[in-house]
Amino acid sequence: MVFSKKPLQFIIAALVAFFPLISIANPTGDSTHVAVEATHEVASKSHEAHGETANLSEEQKADLERKAYIKHHLMDSHDFTLFTYGGEEHPTHVGFPLPVILWDGGLHVFSSSKFEHGEAVAESNGNYYKINHHDGLVYKTDADGNFTEDAKGHVTNAKPIDFSITKNIFMILVVGLILFMVFAGLGKSYKKNGSIAKGAGRFFEPIILYIRDDIAIPNIGEKHYKKYMSFLLTIFFFIWFLNMFGLTPLGVNITGNLAITASLALITYLITTFTAKKDYWGHIFWMPGVPVPMKFILAPIELLGTIIKPFSLMIRLYANMVAGHIVLMSLIALMYTFNSPIGSPLSFFLAFVLSLLEILVALLQAYIFTMLAALYFGAAVEEHHHDEHHEAAHH
Amino acid sequence: MEELFGQFSIGLFIMQTILFVGLIFLLKKFAWKPILDAVNEREEGIKNALLSAENAKKEMQNLKSDNEKLLAEARLERDAMIKEAREIKEKMVNDAKTEAQVAGQKMIEQAKASIESEKNAAMAELKAQVSTLSLDIAEKLLKDELSNKEAQTKLVEKMLGDVKLN
Repeated sequence: MVFSKKPLQFIIAALVAFFPLISIANPTGDSTHVAVEATHEVASKSHEAHGETANLSEEQKADLERKAYIKHHLMDSHDFTLFTYGGEEHPTHVGFPLPVILWDGGLHVFSSSKFEHGEAVAESNGNYYKINHHDGLVYKTDADGNFTEDAKGHVTNAKPIDFSITKNIFMILVVGLILFMVFAGLGKSYKKNGSIAKGAGRFFEPIILYIRDDIAIPNIGEKHYKKYMSFLLTIFFFIWFLNMFGLTPLGVNITGNLAITASLALITYLITTFTAKKDYWGHIFWMPGVPVPMKFILAPIELLGTIIKPFSLMIRLYANMVAGHIVLMSLIALMYTFNSPIGSPLSFFLAFVLSLLEILVALLQAYIFTMLAALYFGAAVEEHHHDEHHEAAHH
Repeated sequence: MEELFGQFSIGLFIMQTILFVGLIFLLKKFAWKPILDAVNEREEGIKNALLSAENAKKEMQNLKSDNEKLLAEARLERDAMIKEAREIKEKMVNDAKTEAQVAGQKMIEQAKASIESEKNAAMAELKAQVSTLSLDIAEKLLKDELSNKEAQTKLVEKMLGDVKLN
């Protein structure tokens, strides 16, 4: 192992490994504070969980808190919080604020520290904005930060378009930078070392070759695969790296965000649609080799299929990552729920095993997304030679 | 579904799309293109090296078979030459033999002919001598006879006795 040779790195790795224990332990550890929560009931009217806590036992309160924590973790955030301590009453967030960029009839740019972690109303150029606790989105409010809700409990406030550098965008930029450094470095190393990879990027060369030889070429074909390679390689490493970051105690859940996976799926769909050859559309609108009435029935089904395919890509990645995060965090939370020398280590062991599984899932989901994208591209550029085949058979 | 799409942020969606497309183009220019080009080039190099090695092997084999062919040809030629030489030798020996025989025969015949002619010559000479001698005797006899009858008789007798002795 390289780590053991470098004590500093080892210490940092160990420190990072202990982050989740701190960040999760504190709010629940200070569950005694919840007893005084009743006094805050009025102030936090919008926070459902708080309103109901008055009639619940301490254990139930702690459970609700854990649930809220998990839910909060799955959402995007406008500031980067590494961990929080001090309980609900005087929470101290350790992290840094990120810029908020809103489009609401004009550009509003301010620091997310104005929100005070969702507690305060932020004022910008005469408009007032507040983060809703339930969906983590920014809404336009009045000066007091009141939300209006309809009968179903949906917030009816106006929603500005939020181009903020949120936690997710920040991590995407970080991962983009890492990808750029690693692979641009790998690209340069070939020239310097006479076509032999060197440096950290070396580890990824077999993976690049695997994507080319076992994903792109068999699915797309030798003739067309080259123009899709950039997309396939980028999406594979992008998803994989983000998934891996999701497993670190940084607490980011990027590939488990529907907006992110929807964007990836949309790009896949657009590439498939705009690079599709005549045969692809022929197979959708006028399926060859079936009776004419069937052609009319198949056309809408096939057309719908082109949208369902990327839609399934979006849901698959989103659901897998969210499920992984929820299960993993629930198991970690179980340690505190059990609160016994037998149950807690057992729960820890389970969480540990599941973490290992999640590492596999992180890679697997990246592979599946890339594989299926390649498959769809392959269908788009596939060249059918029905007539030629038939003629050849007759001769 | 409600829960699912409730948290959907349009801004995040747009930002992610822009960032991701930007990342694709950036990585394409600075990473994927040089990497794939280098890898392809390397693979091409390996393929070429293997091909040239195969070609060299084939050439070697060709050379070897050529050599063997040459060797076989040389061997054949040698065999043919040996055979020819043997034939020539035999022919020469035979020729010499027949020539010698012919020459010997000729010499024998010549010898025979010369012997015959010598014999004839000798016989002719003998005949001439006998006739001369006979004539001499006859002359002498006649001379004695003519002079002395007794002596003539004696002489004839004596001469006859000589002839008998011969």
